[in-house]
Amino acid sequence: MRRRPAPYDNVAVCAPVTVPYQRFSNETAHWWAGAALRQLRDTMGLTPRDVDGFCFASFTAGPDSAVGMVQHLGLTPRWLDHLPTGGASGVMALRRAARAVQCGDAELVVCLAADANAIDSFRHGLANFSRFSQDAVYPYGFGGPNATFALITDTYMREYGVTREDFGKLCVAQRANAGSNPLALQRKPLTMDAYLDARPIADPIHLFDCVMPCAGAEAFIVTTPEIAQRRGLPAASVLATIERHNAFPEDPVQLRGGWAMDIDSFWTAAGIRPADVDCLQVYDDYPVIVAMQIEDLGFCPKGAVHKMIRQTDFTIAGDLPLNTNGGQLSAGQAGAAGGFQNLTEGLRQILHQPLGEQVPDAEIALVSGFGLVNYDRGVCTGAAALKALR
Amino acid sequence: MSARPPKETRDPLARKKARHVAPGKRSRAMHALSARAAQGRFVLQVCTDCGTATYPPREACPNCWGKLAWQDQPTGAEVLCETEIRVSTDLYFRDHLPWRMGKVALDAGPVALVHLHRSLTPGDRAVIRTMLDRGGNAALFALPPSGEIDMTDPQLREFVVPIVGKTVLVSDARSAIGLAVVKALHEAGAALVVAGMAPPDRALGAGAEILSREGVQQVPLDIADQGSVMEALSKIGGPLDIVINTARHVRAGGVSANANLVEQRRAFDVAAMGLSRLAQATGPMLAGRPNGAFVDLISSDALAGSASHAGFAAAEAARLALLQAFRAEMRDAGVRVMAVFTGPVEDEHHQRVPPPKVAPGRIARSIVEALTQGHEQTCVGDVAQDAMARWLEKPALYAREKNL
Repeated sequence: MRRRPAPYDNVAVCAPVTVPYQRFSNETAHWWAGAALRQLRDTMGLTPRDVDGFCFASFTAGPDSAVGMVQHLGLTPRWLDHLPTGGASGVMALRRAARAVQCGDAELVVCLAADANAIDSFRHGLANFSRFSQDAVYPYGFGGPNATFALITDTYMREYGVTREDFGKLCVAQRANAGSNPLALQRKPLTMDAYLDARPIADPIHLFDCVMPCAGAEAFIVTTPEIAQRRGLPAASVLATIERHNAFPEDPVQLRGGWAMDIDSFWTAAGIRPADVDCLQVYDDYPVIVAMQIEDLGFCPKGAVHKMIRQTDFTIAGDLPLNTNGGQLSAGQAGAAGGFQNLTEGLRQILHQPLGEQVPDAEIALVSGFGLVNYDRGVCTGAAALKALR
Repeated sequence: MSARPPKETRDPLARKKARHVAPGKRSRAMHALSARAAQGRFVLQVCTDCGTATYPPREACPNCWGKLAWQDQPTGAEVLCETEIRVSTDLYFRDHLPWRMGKVALDAGPVALVHLHRSLTPGDRAVIRTMLDRGGNAALFALPPSGEIDMTDPQLREFVVPIVGKTVLVSDARSAIGLAVVKALHEAGAALVVAGMAPPDRALGAGAEILSREGVQQVPLDIADQGSVMEALSKIGGPLDIVINTARHVRAGGVSANANLVEQRRAFDVAAMGLSRLAQATGPMLAGRPNGAFVDLISSDALAGSASHAGFAAAEAARLALLQAFRAEMRDAGVRVMAVFTGPVEDEHHQRVPPPKVAPGRIARSIVEALTQGHEQTCVGDVAQDAMARWLEKPALYAREKNL
């Protein structure tokens, strides 16, 4: 029997920050990181001297890592972490920072993700992404993540009877949610017909199954409830978290993610059930991964997600508000910040500081991350349940 | 005689088509796989401790952390899923969209992403061929179980060298080998075979009637003479797709004993310097073609010195070194540089050599096969195959044993 993780006592998550995304920008990741910190200064009076822990995620800060960033940004932390885990980095930053604060290794940790996106930088980023990709993925048509997830989607649809209309419903709902988010890059309503008629990218992936790469930054603070209160910051507690890497390596095609390995202990530790979740912020690089998370996080049994999708309203006013800022599919994917935006949005909803419409009476948010296609599947997964401290 | 296929031509005023090659960056382990794929082998790493086969190439066994060694593998596989890529940011693939690829479960164990033949769908059985892509690196191609290469599939054509409708230069068409090669390429559908008539101008042997067929053009060509090379190429009207370098100067003789320096010098002038002259003159022409290739016929004596044919072996060794450098130069242009190794040939130059010897017709068939199957390196006949196997295993021992 595995030891049960200790509860996250005396930890407060607060101060969600989103630097408005831009489709293309000549600014560097360092600039976007600086913009996020400046927002923290302007909204809560934070100074470099107040930060004693720093956790950083980025694909485009090279040659700098978190080390270069602390000197660049004038920080003197006594706790430092760098996460190369992209879409899983938000949940992972939260887990690490929460334990650091809980154990006293740091008092106020800024978790920050920032990525640049100049014209053509997406192609360069792809070409140097991972050794397995270089050896065994790109030489096969160089379709990028679209091709990888096309293969997963192809298998998933045949295996579980999920249709393009089912994925379309998720994308249309997320676009509707983006409508009220002034920072979303794509806010024009999406119809099911437009979704179905979109041009094919890598069959069965079509245009509106794909995110729009962009530049941007996201940040949040993990500290103690006392400090949050002293600074007048609404905050949330961490009910439970999980993390898993390279789960089920024997599965020939990824039809389930690492969540499925640990989800029972997750709900036990959180002390709640899926029905208690007020808003679900899952990683959405492609709708197939959204569907996979709905199953693997326990919102419906494996293989039943098509029924669940057909019966559920995923808009902000609906029965399971999903990716309430529009998710990456509508708001844009700002590199590693794409793995933070689900966390900042979940946090905003339960702190009642939304960018767009508020989920009525939201108290509990479930945030889920998925990252890094090293070869043929996403390797890193994580999830966290947050509850407002009131 | 049936009508020759139409010869491919190019409008001299048309905008030149920019040619790109498939992305070329690879790990060291992947290059090790490519080196074996160039020999026509399908290998994967297998753990020396637990026996698990692994892919993509790794540096340690993911099952038990044991050491990995390359081993030949069964080529069967089952198709798991498929996609047709319609959008790519890579310049090479953008020129060839849509591109079919998929994932297979290899009979050897691991799953792999593959180029997927257009007739294959999920659930189908397939055979996996490791072929070299336009960047010269190994790529897995899933073919229907017959393994047949369908030359009308544009995706598959990127991995092989089609002959039909092409213009081919044979550098020495006067020899028995040269005549056989001209005949084989003519029969394989080349629109024009330019037959280089090397000096001295002597009577032609059996099979010379091929040279007067429609679709064969004789040009005087001595690759030991720069002026002759330039003049011969100027006589080829239109593009040149394939060069087959059959020129060689086979003579017995040692270094200090039975040495003939005139013959040694001529061997170098034909085999080594001749290759350079031909490569310099034809490289730019091949680089402009969609499926350019240079095939060099080379002696397996190039692998280790020969006491009986010292000068010849030395010249062939120099030729091999130059060929490897030429291959690297042409990689960026997507031109395939191929080597066909042979041992002693059933011809006038090997009258004193006992069998086994390789018939010129067999060499010619191997050259056609190397082109149409996309084999970078071929060994034709028992002697060349044995020499290559022994050289690959223990080069120092092979050099000793060969000259005992």
